[in-house]
Amino acid sequence: MKKWKIRLSGTGGQGVIKAAVILAEGALIDGSNATQSQVYGPESRGGSTRAEVNISDKQILFPKVESPNMLLCMSVEAYEKYLKDLIPGGILILDGDLGLNDDLSQYKVYRVPITVLAREKVGNELAANVVALGVLNGIAKTVSDDAMIESLQRNFKAKIFDLNVKAYQIGLNAVKEM
Amino acid sequence: MAKVRLVQGNEACALGALKAGATFYAGYPITPSTEIAEHMAEMMPACGGKFIQMEDEIGSIGAIIGASCTGAKSFTATSGPGFSLMQELVGYAAITEVPIVVVDVQRMGPSTGLPTLSSQGDIQQARWGSHGDHSLIAIAPSSVMETYYETINAFNLAEKYRTPVIFLLDEEIGHLRERFEVEDDEKVEIIDRKKPTCDPKDYVPYSNAEPDGVPAMANFGDGYRYHVTGLTHNEKGFYSSSLPVVDAFNRRLTDKIENAVDDIFKYEEFHVDDCDILLIAYGSVARSAQEAMLELREEGYKVGLLRPITIWPFHDKLIAKACAGKKAVIVPEMNLGQYAREVSRVAPSDVPVLPLCRVDSELIIPEEVVELVKEVAK
Repeated sequence: MKKWKIRLSGTGGQGVIKAAVILAEGALIDGSNATQSQVYGPESRGGSTRAEVNISDKQILFPKVESPNMLLCMSVEAYEKYLKDLIPGGILILDGDLGLNDDLSQYKVYRVPITVLAREKVGNELAANVVALGVLNGIAKTVSDDAMIESLQRNFKAKIFDLNVKAYQIGLNAVKEM
Repeated sequence: MAKVRLVQGNEACALGALKAGATFYAGYPITPSTEIAEHMAEMMPACGGKFIQMEDEIGSIGAIIGASCTGAKSFTATSGPGFSLMQELVGYAAITEVPIVVVDVQRMGPSTGLPTLSSQGDIQQARWGSHGDHSLIAIAPSSVMETYYETINAFNLAEKYRTPVIFLLDEEIGHLRERFEVEDDEKVEIIDRKKPTCDPKDYVPYSNAEPDGVPAMANFGDGYRYHVTGLTHNEKGFYSSSLPVVDAFNRRLTDKIENAVDDIFKYEEFHVDDCDILLIAYGSVARSAQEAMLELREEGYKVGLLRPITIWPFHDKLIAKACAGKKAVIVPEMNLGQYAREVSRVAPSDVPVLPLCRVDSELIIPEEVVELVKEVAK
């Protein structure tokens, strides 16, 4: 039975809510159930943002994620705030050097320079959220690649669709090369 | 088959309003209701309706009352601070019996509070926020799909009973995205206000003679001339201070809703007859309560859930009957016991009603409900 409890976290403006929307819609396209929610402060940029996605074959009642089995951290503040919620053995995806000196042995840690890849390989730092989706889905197939591509198509305007497919694939490849 | 989409509660509300036949929206955007205004700004003109961004919430509700008098199904959306500002005109819509829908996406208060975070703190305000005796209808959905269908129901009830209907989303449901799939959309019932069929010179706009207490409503421009006033009025619509007229009018305003509670009140129940401990929960919190119930029943606890979809009018008899004979009734909610107060009012005196309150802006989690049930069951 498929049951993902995913939390994506970062700072306002990084697009973590958008990434969560794309992921949840991908899960629906796959025929699963999904809920997507978020918590953010009153500021439009900065502050810490957390977006959550439940993916399940069953009905999802409680719509939020208290104890994720997968956590993405895109900022120091988010990492410090949310690491404690990740279940032991859970998948931890870290952008770059986050938590480099910490003992993270109880988690499955994947450290990927997500923002750097977006800036240097995709050519647009704003695509870091979609690179992160590639990384996430490269580690565990939460959603099929076809559904993810369709979801990208639904959620981005045509003129930036190709750029985001590229970002997604760069994320997938980064995991393959690990 | 309809295409499955990921849709947010606020968007489902906008879509439901259009399906119900809404053609007028006036509002002043406020978090966490803003997406409703955004969707309406885009969709209303495309559907031939009107969208107006007003100068404030008082103007917004005034505009929708005026628009509704012309026959347009009209609504606005706001949150706590704006809902507070609207209260005087909620009463105006009640006394003039103009159908409107006011969506209140509840956020943490009082005052500015926590604009982006959730609460169910407007339960009592929805009922008693405006001065004077009158009744009205309030609805609190628990999912994105239910938001769509209950928005349609809100418009239907506003038209049927000529009353303001308060649509009480909470931030959790307003901002939640989940599966949206509409099937058999053409079969959805749409109710329009009862219009006069008599000769215009015989029209009694606030007649007390209707069996359901709801007079027929002529739209401006239909050729029926009548007077609309916030003053207490006689059947013709003109100011009156005659004691029997005032008494009959005030009683009808409340009775037309309260006497129809069987028709208006909607709820869902799980194991209510087969439980020792009954949970009563609404809106987003009902989802946590249901998850807790499923978990507890698997462990052998006899727990049930009653989920009111209609918050007002309160169904005294139905809730009292559901509570009877239980070891305890637990009411989890994101306020300091606003709905629990009503349950306590009607529950038999030998049944303890236990509020489970959370006011730190986070949704009550299933484990909190599980813990309290286990403690009570000891």
